Amino acid sequence: MEAWLLVAQLATLVLVLAVIHRPLGDYLAWTFTSAKDFRVERGLYRVVGVDPDSEQSWGAYLRGVLAFSLIGVLFVYALQRLQAVLPYSLGFPAVPEGLSFNTAASFVANTNWQSYSPDVTLGYTVQIAGLAVQNFVSAGVGLAVAIALVRGFARRNTGTIGNFWVDLTRATLRILLPLAVVSAVVLIAGGVIQNFNGFTDVTTLTGGSATVPGGPVASQEAIKMLGNNGGGFYNTNSAHPFENPTPWTNLFEIVLMLAIPFSLPRTFGKMVGDTRQGYAILAAMGVLFVASLAALTAFEIGGAGTGPQLAGGAMEGKEQRFGIAASTLFATTSTITSTGAVNSMHDSFTSLGGMMTLFNMMLGEIAPGGIGAGLYGILIIAVITVFIAGLLVGRTPEYLGKKLGPREIKLASLYILATPTLVLVGTALSFAIPPIREDVESTSIWNPGLHGFTEVLYAFTSAANNNGSAFAGLTANTPWFNTALGLAMLFGRFIPIVLVLALAGSLAAQGKVPVTAGTLPTHRPQFVGLLVGVIVIVVALTYFPVLALGPLAEGLQ
Amino acid sequence: MSNLPSQIAAGLPGALRKLSPRLMWRNPVMFIVEVGAAFTTVLAIAQPFVGGSDSLAFTWAIAVWLWLTVLFANLAESVAEGRGKAQAATLRSTRTSTMAAKVVGYDPAGDPAALRASTQQVASADLTLGDTVVVVAGELIPGDGDIVDGIASIDESAITGESAPVVRESGGDRSAVTGGTRVLSDRVVVRITSKPGETFVDRMIRLVEGASRQKTPNEIALNILLASLSIVFLIVVLTLGPIAGYSDAAPSIAVMVALLVCLIPTTIGALLSAIGIAGMDRLVQHNVLAMSGRAVEAAGDVTTLLMDKTGTITYGNRRAAEFRTLDGVLAHELREAAALSSLSDPTPEGKSIVDLAATQGFERPASVDGEIVPFTAQTRMSGVDFADGRQIRKGAGSAVTAWAKETGTAGSTLFAELEESTDRIASLGGTPLVVAVREPGAPARLLGVVYLKDIVKEGMASRFAELRSMGIRTVMITGDNPLTAKAIAEEAGVDDYLAEATPEDKLALIRQEQEGGRLVAMTGDGTNDAPALAQADVGVAMNTGTSAAKEAGNMVDLDSDPTKLIDIVAIGKQLLITRGALTTFSIANDVAKYFAIIPAMFAAVFPGLGLLNIMGLHSPASAILSAVIFNALVIIALIPLALRGVKYRPMSASRILSRNILVYGLGGVIAPFIGIKIIDLVVSLIPGF
Repeated sequence: MEAWLLVAQLATLVLVLAVIHRPLGDYLAWTFTSAKDFRVERGLYRVVGVDPDSEQSWGAYLRGVLAFSLIGVLFVYALQRLQAVLPYSLGFPAVPEGLSFNTAASFVANTNWQSYSPDVTLGYTVQIAGLAVQNFVSAGVGLAVAIALVRGFARRNTGTIGNFWVDLTRATLRILLPLAVVSAVVLIAGGVIQNFNGFTDVTTLTGGSATVPGGPVASQEAIKMLGNNGGGFYNTNSAHPFENPTPWTNLFEIVLMLAIPFSLPRTFGKMVGDTRQGYAILAAMGVLFVASLAALTAFEIGGAGTGPQLAGGAMEGKEQRFGIAASTLFATTSTITSTGAVNSMHDSFTSLGGMMTLFNMMLGEIAPGGIGAGLYGILIIAVITVFIAGLLVGRTPEYLGKKLGPREIKLASLYILATPTLVLVGTALSFAIPPIREDVESTSIWNPGLHGFTEVLYAFTSAANNNGSAFAGLTANTPWFNTALGLAMLFGRFIPIVLVLALAGSLAAQGKVPVTAGTLPTHRPQFVGLLVGVIVIVVALTYFPVLALGPLAEGLQ
Repeated sequence: MSNLPSQIAAGLPGALRKLSPRLMWRNPVMFIVEVGAAFTTVLAIAQPFVGGSDSLAFTWAIAVWLWLTVLFANLAESVAEGRGKAQAATLRSTRTSTMAAKVVGYDPAGDPAALRASTQQVASADLTLGDTVVVVAGELIPGDGDIVDGIASIDESAITGESAPVVRESGGDRSAVTGGTRVLSDRVVVRITSKPGETFVDRMIRLVEGASRQKTPNEIALNILLASLSIVFLIVVLTLGPIAGYSDAAPSIAVMVALLVCLIPTTIGALLSAIGIAGMDRLVQHNVLAMSGRAVEAAGDVTTLLMDKTGTITYGNRRAAEFRTLDGVLAHELREAAALSSLSDPTPEGKSIVDLAATQGFERPASVDGEIVPFTAQTRMSGVDFADGRQIRKGAGSAVTAWAKETGTAGSTLFAELEESTDRIASLGGTPLVVAVREPGAPARLLGVVYLKDIVKEGMASRFAELRSMGIRTVMITGDNPLTAKAIAEEAGVDDYLAEATPEDKLALIRQEQEGGRLVAMTGDGTNDAPALAQADVGVAMNTGTSAAKEAGNMVDLDSDPTKLIDIVAIGKQLLITRGALTTFSIANDVAKYFAIIPAMFAAVFPGLGLLNIMGLHSPASAILSAVIFNALVIIALIPLALRGVKYRPMSASRILSRNILVYGLGGVIAPFIGIKIIDLVVSLIPGF
């Protein structure tokens, strides 16, 4: 029954994405290649003092990204610290230093890890002026960096990869803002609330009293999904009926999470002048997505123990209105993009099911991944794949006519090194340093043993991969986790960006090698299969031991 | 490969010497293994005093096998180098110092043969750039140089292995001589063009010994990838301690070192340098000397091949293919006239006419009573004047026609028919030779045309088709006119041609191809080829060529066989494929190793993980040791493959990829499951495991 529900929902999803990816992907390509600036954009450029026609080297582009993000961190931090004196704060006090840092890093890094309960910590001003703004612009930054890399592949013999300020402005104004407005309206129509009512006291049917929070939820929800942010207005995120009331809004939110990431390969193909290349990337993403979804659903339907068997599957931590299929579809989508929103508690999944959500993030979130970040992530793995495949056919490897020499491989290698290092070192440090270990064991871990370990592993995986979802059950609002996860989010976001932009610069500077029969074709199923294989093998080899010590040891009985 | 055991024995001392950490750190993957081996050894020594969770035998076994792993890697390199050393020893014997007659105050204008100038005996090692020496029959040439005067036959077998002597003479494209070769006849004056210690032979020795081998860009890139994979696994293992410690499942240090060594790509790390050396060695076995590994690698990437028509695509000489009679002439008349006039013609063309006639029934007379009229540039024809007054002439159409008209031959239809016939042959890429005969007192009679043809070597078309399937475009370079060039290009099956080519045209063509991002390979021998050879990505100079050409190119073909370019391309590709195949194999191996080691490490604490022991290995100790032993033995097992190179057949990239993924990717996943299981069966017989 659940399996059929899943197939039906998946089929709907595929159909919708098949329809929208083309116009959306083409629109994205047009947005970043058109020479025309809108009047409002020109006004903005004049105010900021940017010449929209000037092109930037990769270094200048990177400085733009870093400066903009640094200002973002400082601004969001300041807003939280000043919350007590800001209007519309619903009477909440200033956010503590550690948590403020963590939250600022989290939203600027497009992660939306929440060490706090938003509905009882943040007022409307911080939510809107701080977090919602970052939900737009941090997604815009990801998109801009991806486009810069695509330009690296598309251009030849040039020192420039575009203009960050123009890319960011266009990503925000031409893509995210209009789409978010439309989506918010749809969500409101679907029953998501949108008001500034604060808290309302109501008397329940049984005569008890309850405090019901209001808030501008729909507007937040739209960009939360569309920009793969994932930070909920309420603590229970998309499991909360005000954020995600019905199976239809649930499916719509899933579409929003996947719309841009699954359209970007089309944009990529369009910009490099060969849409088949984009579809090969899309196919690899799709294969991984469906395989992961199938595995997670199978584990959840299979359940473990008598309770789940009687319930027809592992229903613990899942909303009755969604059931297993809508929960696993949402969970897979959320963790395999960089969204991190939840409509069910991953912590309560079966051990092996929980492992799948973990594995999705460990893939580096590339199937299809976060907005922009998914595309550049998978292109980096494609570079590694082409390198190995190129050797296997006896040619100096080249991808899209660009030779992959020592510099390119160095950058790609460092990229695939960065995130696992953050995840593993962060997790290990939590247990290696005695005082920290003591704090982690006594304060943070509520489920000692294997499950507790998995919670810590999940936290660092989620932070370093900029996902933001949590394996609930871990108290992360501690000095150690606020600091360590905050740093993991920032490094996990910006180290890869540095490497990607450097790669974009070195690719753009190259000429283009013509295609011959000796060139390895990168648009055929053969390459798609190889790419998927490399992704899975590299991830599996890196994380097998820690998975064995967490969910595998727990799940294999 | 039959003598591999003896090669291994010979390589052992070198392999032990290479254990020095100062040499090891240049190979980061194997350096990690060596550090791990040393560390485990210290643990094993300390264990009786400080205790440990593993059995002492286990710790020692791990230590020993880790040392063996490093040793096997060094052995692979030593064996590869050893094969080059044998070659170097032969070369070195030619370098023995000899005395040279150095000309004092050589005067190229007044006394080019240095007959009057005085000479001075100096050791060959003391000769420097620009010195001039006299070498006579029986002497060794003291250093690399160009003949500035004289002609000599020279035995070059010391460097080429070819026993037939070659002729070298001053001027032109065959003036270069190599130090260490022997003059067999005559006397030559040689200007030395190399500094002491930097002669051709010196460079060859350095190359085959692998001493001057520099890492190629591709090798560097692969090293970076392997190093970063090693770092990932280093982090995986280092973090495993505290992580497992949380569950009180922390493995012993020896076990973690074993895991690390099994995970890092030791197979390719161990064999990478052997593969590179063996690649150079394969070239040397083909009698090609690459001046750098970079050139060999570039050869695998070549997308455009420039080939000289003469000698490469066609046999150097034109041959008679057909006799075409004019109207009213009998076939045997033309055949006999053509053959008789060619009987005393020593050129290959002349001989080929006689041969062709003979196959059609011409019988060679015992002697010809008459006078030979030799070919001159003025008359542009040759022939015979018989004692009985009969004359035969054969030559260029215009020349023979003019001669016939002089003797009174008339008839416009006849001349038109002749012209049509010669034009047709020219358009086919051939050379028409018109034959006429004149009885005494009568006007000459035009008989017909001999069709001299550039014969395309057999099998060229299929070789070019092969190249095309590899994605390589072939361009034929010729001095012929465009019409002739086109015909031959079509017959040979090349993709393009450059007719009436001057050296400048060649250079321009190379530049143009390179601007489009293509990599160009070419062969050349003349001094005027030097700029193009230098410009080409792969420039193969013929050993018979001038020193300038040899300097400009990045490879020298000792056999002077221009078709060898095709082999060079294959060797370059094979080198890369071998690297890729072993990298894939090495990484794919890790899957099985995890299934051996992870359950062994943790199943005691988490029995559920025992399910991962799908190989059913005997005990944790035997499982880990078996994985380590497999990891070491696979290096030895793959040495022959590394030295020989992966089999390469010209196919499209997709097909090669599918095949290699299947063999080395899938094979790499499956092979260790079987290998580790078999080793485990043996190890489990040892008491204590």
